[in-house]
Amino acid sequence: MAEIVLQSIAHSYDVPRGALDEPRRGGTAPAYALRDVELRWRDGGAYALLGPSGCGKTTLLGIISGLIRPTRGQVLYGGKDVTLLPSRDRNIAQVFQFPVIYDTMTVYQNLAFPLRNRGLAAAEIDRRVGRIAESLELTEVLQNRATRLTADQKQILALGRGLVREDVAAILFDEPLTVIDPHRKWLLRRKLKEIHKQFRHTLIYVTHDQTEALTFADEVVVMQHGQVLQRGTPEDLFRRPAHTYVGYFIGSPGMNVMPCQVTREAGSARARIGELDIPLLSPAETPADAGSLELGIRPEHIAVLQGADVQNSLPVAVTAVEDHGRFRIVTGYLGRDLGGAPDGQIKAVPGGRADGHRIKIRIAQDAPAVATGNTLRVRFPPEHICLYRDSRIVSGEGSGREEPA
Amino acid sequence: MIDKTPNNKAWLLILPMTILVAFSAIVPLMTVVNYSVQDILGPNTKVYVGFEWFRKVLRDPDLHAAFLRQLLFSFSVLAIELPLGVGVSLVMPRRGWAVSMSLVVLALPLLIPWNVVGTIWQIFGRTDIGMGGAALVKLGLHYNYTVDRVDAWLTVLVMDVWHWTPLVALLCYSGLRAIPPAYYQAAAIDGASGWSVFRYIQLPKLKNVLVIAILLRFMDSFMIYTEPFVVTGGGPGNSTTFLSQFLTRLAVGQFDLGPAAAFSLIYFLFILFFCYVFYTVMNRVGQG
Repeated sequence: MAEIVLQSIAHSYDVPRGALDEPRRGGTAPAYALRDVELRWRDGGAYALLGPSGCGKTTLLGIISGLIRPTRGQVLYGGKDVTLLPSRDRNIAQVFQFPVIYDTMTVYQNLAFPLRNRGLAAAEIDRRVGRIAESLELTEVLQNRATRLTADQKQILALGRGLVREDVAAILFDEPLTVIDPHRKWLLRRKLKEIHKQFRHTLIYVTHDQTEALTFADEVVVMQHGQVLQRGTPEDLFRRPAHTYVGYFIGSPGMNVMPCQVTREAGSARARIGELDIPLLSPAETPADAGSLELGIRPEHIAVLQGADVQNSLPVAVTAVEDHGRFRIVTGYLGRDLGGAPDGQIKAVPGGRADGHRIKIRIAQDAPAVATGNTLRVRFPPEHICLYRDSRIVSGEGSGREEPA
Repeated sequence: MIDKTPNNKAWLLILPMTILVAFSAIVPLMTVVNYSVQDILGPNTKVYVGFEWFRKVLRDPDLHAAFLRQLLFSFSVLAIELPLGVGVSLVMPRRGWAVSMSLVVLALPLLIPWNVVGTIWQIFGRTDIGMGGAALVKLGLHYNYTVDRVDAWLTVLVMDVWHWTPLVALLCYSGLRAIPPAYYQAAAIDGASGWSVFRYIQLPKLKNVLVIAILLRFMDSFMIYTEPFVVTGGGPGNSTTFLSQFLTRLAVGQFDLGPAAAFSLIYFLFILFFCYVFYTVMNRVGQG
């Protein structure tokens, strides 16, 4: 076990290692799968790498495991440079998207395979396989053929092949629940957490499913277009997304983001969206060079107000209500022209962004009924507003915290 | 109890297939059955002889010899072409222009008509003008496939290997290409050696195509006719007279339709039986 460090990793599938900066024929720029990734994986942590398909997360995983040699940058295991070492010489294990098992072998032989390849004594192999089979609940099927296991057992078995090697620096998971039945997914996920508690391996889990990532990991790394957008605890990502994409990607539905003008006056800061005036937290928290920014707020943080004329309330013309059982998602347009009569009918829903921004509001099931065509009056609590410039966070939450490093 | 109403309309749907199979298989086969139990003396004179021809054919020492020769040939073909085909598929390129080139080169022998293959090898093996034959003689070997039984036999075998190993190789290559990269990656992470990768990943994943390759190559080689007919004509002596050649001589050469029909049926049943056995065994092996 060791800390894993990625130093200024960049990767392009188009160019060989070290040739990233050389001029290319035809002058075309190489397509990057990863660009300038700096990451440090603490020993024993449970991490999730989250991002949409094609964001480079599987490439990053391949670079950690040694299946891919990065075009630029170093991979360090416990301070030792392993960038050029092949997978077999690194202490790493990986569980793939679909279960990889050796068809002709029994469960026992599958578990013993990585140890046999490394020339361990039979007695030692027996001891380790027995121990791991015990904690993975595979003891009863040890002598069965591996092909007869169910899909989730096969995935457990694939994990077991990593666990038997007691010296692995990390176990990598590449969307391991893709082929598992939905009702077994959470069982397997719980199993993973148990395993993590018991063995304290570093676990790095790649997924595009935010639920998987947020429930599995102590720390989540969100990626897009080959870059790390944010790294933090699930709570950080939820409360203070460092990038509008993180806000959009994490949470269901994602964060509402709309352009606004921020002005600072003595003693107060305000954001203007069209004619709407939204108070922000104390001016010290807003950037000095205020101007055109983006305002982000989570659907669950928008407060729905009762009664018609509350001060500073914002009108939302409701265009759809989805019932999700425990909560409802209200879709509507935020805008100046629609706020006339609080409960009256809307004549037309303007489509232009200047007149009304489509926003989503998550309200509790026991809140008063909302119907399409109603106008809701809402308030954006200043403590939950995040401000962005060019998609990157500039301020928010009012806690004055630094962005997690 | 559920009451099922019989719906006989379904029979109509299988009618086209039944007619097709009747004309392509059942009617010709039944004609052969008809011949096999009669002695046909002339166009209008025939005598019913029961199973006489079957008895006679089964006791024919020439046929026994041809049968053993055939078995030896078919198993030699399998023993050489399968490992060779797997080996070729393993070293075939995986990407780039070399892929299409190797595919075309491999497919060439498969595109050549049987009788042309025979002619090519007949000339290739000649000791006076043939490149292969002349080269062997120059090397000091006493090679002459028109005189020596072993030489003739080996020539036919090598020709079959040249002709059909590409088929096995192409089948295996497609099988190898179908293995997801994750298997190789997992094996690399598990520290598997090259041999282990072959033994525990590639070979098991090739099982299905190998079953097909074995079936195809066994049936084809068991029915081999054209190439030895062109190259050696079954000689010298009877050394390259395989079953179908024996049959042709019986039916067309001597016009013994009765014995030939009886033998055809035996031949057919034998191939059917072998294929069934192969298929069953392979399936068993697969399921463990």
